[in-house]
Amino acid sequence: MTFLKRYLIPRLIQYFLVIFLGITAVFFIPRFLPNDPVVQTVAALQARGSSVDPATIDQMVADLTELYGLEGSLLQQYGAFWRRLLHADFGVSFFQFPAPVSELIAAALPWTLGLLFVTTVISWTGGNLIGGLAGYYNRKRWSRALDGVSMVIRPLPYYIFAFALLLMFAWAIKWFPTSGGIGIGRKVALNWPFIKDVLWHSFLPALSLTILGGAIWFQTMKLIVQNVNAEDFVQYAQLGGVKEDRIVSRYVIRNAMLPQITALALALGQIFSGALITEIVFSYPGLGGLLYNAIVNGDYNLILGITALSIIAITTAILVLDLLYPLFDPRVRYM
Amino acid sequence: MKVFRDLFRDYRFAVSFCVLCALLIFACLSFFAPYDPTLWHVVPRDLRPSRAHLLGTDSNGQDIFWTASFAVRNSVIVALIAGVVSRIIAVLFGMIAGYKGGNTDRVLMFISDSLLVIPLFLIIVLMAMLVRASMNLVTLGLLLALFGWAWDARVIRSLILSLRTREFTETAILSGARTLPLVLNEYMPYAMPLVFSTLINNMAWAIGLEMTLAILGLTNVLIPTLGTMLYWAINYHAILLGRWWWVLTPVVLSVLLFVALYWMSVSVSEYLDPRTRVQRVGAE
Repeated sequence: MTFLKRYLIPRLIQYFLVIFLGITAVFFIPRFLPNDPVVQTVAALQARGSSVDPATIDQMVADLTELYGLEGSLLQQYGAFWRRLLHADFGVSFFQFPAPVSELIAAALPWTLGLLFVTTVISWTGGNLIGGLAGYYNRKRWSRALDGVSMVIRPLPYYIFAFALLLMFAWAIKWFPTSGGIGIGRKVALNWPFIKDVLWHSFLPALSLTILGGAIWFQTMKLIVQNVNAEDFVQYAQLGGVKEDRIVSRYVIRNAMLPQITALALALGQIFSGALITEIVFSYPGLGGLLYNAIVNGDYNLILGITALSIIAITTAILVLDLLYPLFDPRVRYM
Repeated sequence: MKVFRDLFRDYRFAVSFCVLCALLIFACLSFFAPYDPTLWHVVPRDLRPSRAHLLGTDSNGQDIFWTASFAVRNSVIVALIAGVVSRIIAVLFGMIAGYKGGNTDRVLMFISDSLLVIPLFLIIVLMAMLVRASMNLVTLGLLLALFGWAWDARVIRSLILSLRTREFTETAILSGARTLPLVLNEYMPYAMPLVFSTLINNMAWAIGLEMTLAILGLTNVLIPTLGTMLYWAINYHAILLGRWWWVLTPVVLSVLLFVALYWMSVSVSEYLDPRTRVQRVGAE
């Protein structure tokens, strides 16, 4: 009971409040800015050289106003916005008219989730394991070498690192395809050639996300382990003759792992943003690719939909990680 | 001066300091540029690097060497605006939250926590899309500043929390110091090193985000920055056409900038942390 009152309920309130505020911001920011998306869209259409008579333009303005949910007072718009959101209705996409935004997102989502899940798991566990070992044996040469490499890779932004990989492995030495998620014309099917094709296409984006993410986990883990090393219980275990690899795995890394779970929860939003950027570089058919098309075509509804959905997804993932935390740390019982 | 000598004992600081100085000198060269960066077709297009054009020319008919020097300058200007303004926000939020405590603290930290967890890139894209028409170096810097303070506000808050329990706070309050002068005169000196080391980090973040936004065409692509240089190179399929000098110039320059800024921030923050300083400089 105390668990509910002390922890779960405040945490849930915080969760809903973040979503509420995030989505409210997404709703209000565009409306407080001086630019009118309807006028902008019409202007963009005209700039492309399509000549239309004034009556059609008036009709278009009316249609777009409805499409963008800009009818009525601000409060009415806000209410309608939430009503539609709860039905997962983000309106109609502009650049792939008349496909609904929710359908486009649903088609792109599996690509992004797959890429994101696999790379986050690999980079987090890999980075922490290697970082833990490198922190424990921090005087060894391989540990210093890895540290040197991560010092160069870590500061690079997602775009530049992915772009560098693309230049190297897809243009200079043509080992991997430069873009796309599957070969042109290949049908979706659950057989080996299809899976092989997907893996081959997603190798570079996955590699880029894994290395960049791994470098960050590696460095923070190494630092934490170096601090844990100085703790009394480690020296006591060493003096007591506990085997070295047991000290590393059971005593040091296990203790140092815990703050990294919290760090993962905090970093999830950034990792997600990074995945979108990486997908843009590799023209991957996930949410990032969709976002790029939406930006280039000024598809306001689509961007709004992707943003709102991402806020909900990321905060939910963080909530789940937080609730799972006691499973990893026996000291936390929320009693 | 002694601080500087101690810092220079770290090879990372020495290297990053030299690289940053070189890049700044390169950026300052733009004041003596023979070409106007806003004009196109001032030189023959698509020339390979040669003595007349050190880094070649691009498909817009601009000299890449001089465009790049403008680009570094503008990118650093955007980063400085973003960094300094977001430092001001971070200091205000952190100090008020840390000093006031209670509900003020809870509300302010809730705001910064929310900013930390949501995928900011999308929100920034959304905003950039809407202010695209009036985008220049200043608005871009301010836009980035609006979102880049959350983590550092937390760091400053925890510093203030620990300073508040120190004796000198009591002494100051009992001797009648008002809140504002107390915070500014007594706490600020402690926060300054932190502000500086987070400034470097934040600048690197701002440059990276500026590049990403520019490549997506969300900034004013007529102003040369590291991002817009890459934007044009990609737009003209410079990779496909084998114009490596055009693609590599912004990539190499930005990698140098990122690595140098990061090394400097790591080195400075290690120096500020007394535990690691003793390891490196030795006890005094």
